[in-house]
Amino acid sequence: MPDSRATTPPVVTPATVDDSLPVGAPEGPAAEHAVRGNGLDPTLPAVLTATAGSKRRSRGRGVVFWLALVWLAVVVLVALTASWLPLSDPDKQDLVNRLAPPLSDGHVLGTDGLGRDILARLAFGARVSLIISVSAVSIGMLVGGTIGLAVGFFRGWFESVTMWALNVVLAFPGLVLLLGLVAFVGQSLTAITLVVGFLSVPVYARVARATTLAAAQRDYVLAARALGASNRRIMFGEILPNVALPVAAFGLVALGVVIVLEGSLAFLGLSVKAPDPTWGSMIAEGRQHLSTTTHLAFIPALVMFLTVLAVNFVGDVLRSRFDVRESRL
Amino acid sequence: MGRLIALKALSLVPVLLAVSCLTFLMLNLLPGCVECQVLGPDNLDNPEAVAAVRADLRLDDPLPVRYGAWLGDALTGDLGRSYVTRQDVTDAIRERLPVTLEIMALSMVLALVISIPLGMATAYRAGGLLDRSVTGATFGMLAVPSFMMALLLIYLFAVELDWFPATGWTYLTDDPVENLRSAFMPALSLALVNVAIFTRLLRTDMIATLQDDHVLLARSKGLPTWRILTRHALRPSSFSLLTVSGLAIGNLLGGAVIVEQLFALPGMGRLLFDAIFRRDLMVVQGVVLVITVGFVIANGVVDVLYSVLDPRIRQRSPSHA
Repeated sequence: MPDSRATTPPVVTPATVDDSLPVGAPEGPAAEHAVRGNGLDPTLPAVLTATAGSKRRSRGRGVVFWLALVWLAVVVLVALTASWLPLSDPDKQDLVNRLAPPLSDGHVLGTDGLGRDILARLAFGARVSLIISVSAVSIGMLVGGTIGLAVGFFRGWFESVTMWALNVVLAFPGLVLLLGLVAFVGQSLTAITLVVGFLSVPVYARVARATTLAAAQRDYVLAARALGASNRRIMFGEILPNVALPVAAFGLVALGVVIVLEGSLAFLGLSVKAPDPTWGSMIAEGRQHLSTTTHLAFIPALVMFLTVLAVNFVGDVLRSRFDVRESRL
Repeated sequence: MGRLIALKALSLVPVLLAVSCLTFLMLNLLPGCVECQVLGPDNLDNPEAVAAVRADLRLDDPLPVRYGAWLGDALTGDLGRSYVTRQDVTDAIRERLPVTLEIMALSMVLALVISIPLGMATAYRAGGLLDRSVTGATFGMLAVPSFMMALLLIYLFAVELDWFPATGWTYLTDDPVENLRSAFMPALSLALVNVAIFTRLLRTDMIATLQDDHVLLARSKGLPTWRILTRHALRPSSFSLLTVSGLAIGNLLGGAVIVEQLFALPGMGRLLFDAIFRRDLMVVQGVVLVITVGFVIANGVVDVLYSVLDPRIRQRSPSHA
């Protein structure tokens, strides 16, 4: 592992670092940051959010941690049960009650420019965010994690070639490639999920590979080998349990990144087709009324902000708990 | 040094080739015929147009030959022609590029100007009131996408205060002051996420540097704090900041699509966005290629700069550089 860690102990960096970064990457701390490529990369916020705090502050963090968890639970629950909740039809227009302010009769959060209930649209929009983020992260995590585990375990030229190819994908600026691909494959929930999922494969592969490299050198792997365990058994029985948690913690932070990405696409009108509500498209619609009524844009924006914030926070806390380096594994 | 640059440039060649290959394949491996994708459903009945596209894109040649021809054209500055607007793709890009570059440069300058003092101040009194509030605020800023930030700024500075124009662009050559006014809000909305990232990064690195012996020596010599921070601690703390600035260019490019759309700026992002909506695939291909090549080269330059700043890297074996 790089010697830079010895000289700069407080630098909290993810366990994605190693000695050979194929696409002409720099050495030392630069390499540690070079692994975080395009905008799809979840590791950047994770790295920067980690702060070594005092005992008093960590107790404060504990309260916020539970608040964040509760908020996320509410969002997930509402998204899952939106069809059965006593909500108005998110697409039903009520042109008499256009732009009703929050807390008005029958519309707790008011109505939008076509008189549609904002609360209902938020609930159904949460569904889009949830589906895209969870499935895209799962795809990235499964495919990338498997690739990373395999190349980190078997090494050799196969590893060099694979990592080089994955780095080429990271050489594209994330959102630009995403936009280009959406233009070609079309806009649907499935297409967007697949594109985002596969674009994030390199990141997970890097995390999984770096963690595998570290785990493969442990004594218990040597012990297993001495006992005559097969490659498969070592990979899945000894190494996988140590790789899965760090990768999953990165995946959690990535949820927030994907929610933002989908929001940006929706804001540009490139996510799922109208009139299906998504948070991003609600913000985009609210923008047209910004000079007269602000709640149209700011309520969905606040919900999205709180959700991403909560995901970042929970992900950050869990990540620092499962980080190979911090737990001195 | 020259050797280092040459090696770096050489190592970028295969990456650029692979990137161009992927961009080329995006258009050519789509389901359905290429001319259907390029022309769109409206023009397919016109046999002359179909024949023209087939000849232009050499669709009768095998894939590798087509790639070679396309790459050769791209290298000489010919990215084809839009079949929707009839405009030359290279001309369209040349028209739009300065606007995006200006926004990006301004945004980067803003981000660095805000985050470097903040990072130094928070690192110097780590754990203090300023540090805690800035660290908290930047954590929040990481959760604000650039389109949300842009919306907030529009609401605050254009709708409520009326200080800056909400949309529109004035060219630098027409009126420099108005140009800055129209560029300020887009640049700021892209900069704020980077402010959060840069500040946190510099703070962490700076805290480490401030524990070094050379800082202790400077302090014992009685040098004033600002001098220690700027002259002795900033440079050794800025390496990761430099690298991340290079990577931030990628996010700026993506963010440019959004803010150019929001503020109605005639830049590359807008070109890409409009092309996507018109399904003008030749333009999409050209813009993605130019943006990506620019991003790869920019990061290559950052890598070289990195070893200029840090002599320790120069002394290592050049194969690693």
